[in-house]
Amino acid sequence: MPYPESIRALIEKVEKTRPARVERKKRDQEFPALKLEERDPVLRNFHPDFIEGTRREIKIGPSKGYSISNEMVDLLEAKSRVNPDLVNLDKPDYETDVLVIGAGGAGTAAAILAAENGARVLIATKLRHGDANTMMAEGGIQAADKVGKDSPYFHYLDILGGGHFANDPELVYTMVSNAPDALRWLEGLGASFSKFEDGTMKTMHGGGTSRKRMHYAADITGAEIMRTIRDEARNHTDMIDVVEFCPAVEIVLDDAGRCAGAILYNLETGEYSFARASAVIIATGGSGRLHIQDFMTTNHYGATADGIVMAYRAGVPISFLHTVQYHPTGVVFPEQAEGILITEKFRGAGANVLNVHGEQFVYEREPRDVEAACIIRECSPKGRGNGVPTPTGKFGVWLDSPMIDMLKGEGTVLKEFPGKHILFRRFGIDISKEPMLIHPTLHYQNGGLDINSTCETNVPGLYAAGEVAGGIHGENRLMGNSLLDVIVFGRIAGAAAAAYSEATGEIGRPTLEHVRKYNEELKTAGVGADRIAPMLLPDYSNPEVREKQLSKDYFGTLS
Amino acid sequence: MSENAANRSVDDLVPIFFMGKRYMVPSSLTIQKALEYAGYQHVRGCGCRGGICGACGTVYRDPDSYRLQVGLACQTVVESGMHLMILPYYPGNRAEFDIDEMQGTGGEVAALYPEIFKCIGCNACTQACPMDIDVMHYMAQAIRGDIKGVAETSFDCIMCGLCASRCPAEEVQFNVAILSRRLNARHLTPRAKHLEKQVERVAAGEFEESLRELMGKSTDDLKQLYRDREAEPQMTEDDWKPQDARYV
Repeated sequence: MPYPESIRALIEKVEKTRPARVERKKRDQEFPALKLEERDPVLRNFHPDFIEGTRREIKIGPSKGYSISNEMVDLLEAKSRVNPDLVNLDKPDYETDVLVIGAGGAGTAAAILAAENGARVLIATKLRHGDANTMMAEGGIQAADKVGKDSPYFHYLDILGGGHFANDPELVYTMVSNAPDALRWLEGLGASFSKFEDGTMKTMHGGGTSRKRMHYAADITGAEIMRTIRDEARNHTDMIDVVEFCPAVEIVLDDAGRCAGAILYNLETGEYSFARASAVIIATGGSGRLHIQDFMTTNHYGATADGIVMAYRAGVPISFLHTVQYHPTGVVFPEQAEGILITEKFRGAGANVLNVHGEQFVYEREPRDVEAACIIRECSPKGRGNGVPTPTGKFGVWLDSPMIDMLKGEGTVLKEFPGKHILFRRFGIDISKEPMLIHPTLHYQNGGLDINSTCETNVPGLYAAGEVAGGIHGENRLMGNSLLDVIVFGRIAGAAAAAYSEATGEIGRPTLEHVRKYNEELKTAGVGADRIAPMLLPDYSNPEVREKQLSKDYFGTLS
Repeated sequence: MSENAANRSVDDLVPIFFMGKRYMVPSSLTIQKALEYAGYQHVRGCGCRGGICGACGTVYRDPDSYRLQVGLACQTVVESGMHLMILPYYPGNRAEFDIDEMQGTGGEVAALYPEIFKCIGCNACTQACPMDIDVMHYMAQAIRGDIKGVAETSFDCIMCGLCASRCPAEEVQFNVAILSRRLNARHLTPRAKHLEKQVERVAAGEFEESLRELMGKSTDDLKQLYRDREAEPQMTEDDWKPQDARYV
């Protein structure tokens, strides 16, 4: 179904202003970016992080008193899925050196590096290997590798500016210093980056970058990286085992408080099992499927914060979860594509963001939080009220993709954005000729588990890498730094966990005492009696049907 | 929740047959959301919900036709009377290899997947591809040893397995494709020299001092440096050079 008439009429306003906007762009005359001090008021008034009543303090656990989104607190203030008294830890069902929980970018990179360092690896994952936000990342991966114009120094500075200068300096240092090597590793594994004839990587700008350092594989960079490293992991079946549809639900400790493995839950048979390991890497990714403040999300079906819940119960503190990233450009219409990510690379390539009058109201390469807040301000009746009304009763703004062909030559959109071109073509829309309707959408968990620069948590033998960890991106991540994060820290975690596993030797008596205690703390605080976590999968099934599932809680031959 | 299928209008319900079973669902929904409307909580057959992960390859048929059609459940809007099933997994053969030891020749691909020569050119794979990839064409390229061609033709592959499921010659096209893409990127495309150089410079500690200096600065100083940093213009070519070359 192409755009309806009402929308077509509004597109004409965009087409009217387009030639002049293209001319300005060609002359590098950009819409003025907000000054550092102008960002704050927009964020305070329009960014969802600042809406009152959407957060509360956690009542128990290692970060007790920390105020984060209600949806996340609901999960932290919830009982375990398992009764510790019913779990038999005497006989492990799996034994391995390193257990990797989660099989996205970070988990897979970690598994490969752990195996290369001599560890036997078990990957336990909730869905399929590669089912992760990494697969869905589109725009690119940053690394300051253009000799003579860029360096880790400027990468560091950009990251801090984007993250409100709150980032953990050691983690940022680690990421920017390891970025070129991470790219070279991927190149060596055969990831198809877009290159010039002589092998020079093509790079472009992203929001908040001072140099063009976004490397990409057309507009499916994450999918290309994910499918490549997954394929590489499958070349090591002697060292790496993968169990799919088996999420971990609790960390197991030993009697000395070290990590001893995890409890896995087979989603298909319903059985729980014990995977014993001397080191565990949590790489469970993000939490978009919590639909914080009821926002639509770009995230994978499995992004439900499981790792945060497990590790928090095992005593790992959390930070930077008070901010959530809303990607400025998610599809708001057509309805079938609602929430789907439209890569920032469109704006990097020059597409303007426009209101209902076809006019610019924001520089298109602000950091994500600022860009999103400006778009919400434009759409909101409490703001400027210049949003484009959709046939589904929502508001969005235009992302003027046809400009890209005018700036960079006919066929550029098709060549550089094949994934999005085919997506919209299915709805009868040609994005090289018609703009897209977008609105901010829940995208990234800026914070997470506290780690140091070797991915260690405060629990010996327990590591975390990727979106589940916090501190690298401060209060707002820049585009292209999450693919980098998962590769850099995934590799570090894998190597570190393998070394730890080898050095540690025998682990002590496994126990779920910490889970028992956590359940008691909940009771004392009077919270969470009616909730269990991790949630594992969101439930979009029809509530009317659920009401009729009268025997779903019974035990017997049919439940 | 915003994505909950039940929040839709129900005035326009149509029948669909999921693995033979009839459900009435709103006509505007994708197959994936329609099944949720019908009461399913997906475990298999659901992934990114955005058309890129390959978890929900779907085979369907219109009621008045014998022809099978394909799509992704997360991308395909339901049609009244359609019969459908989702293919969440396909047991395709995969050959292990050591990419470091290879050179990117057609012979290497043929040695790992000798069955490519059994292709009978029926085109069922191309017709089964939800990404509109000309699968048969890249299989022909593989037979000819044109690895670069396979890589380019197959670039949008999401490895859903629908091609293999329809193949009378039992090919595993998607694995031939990823092998070829990896070989092409690794061995048939020049390596990035700037990358190698920068890795060496980092290893030699060339940026250590400037980075440590930044890490020691106060937030106010950092803010000033951030404000003053020189920005590469949007429309410049790759050979742009900054005025201040101290830190590069």
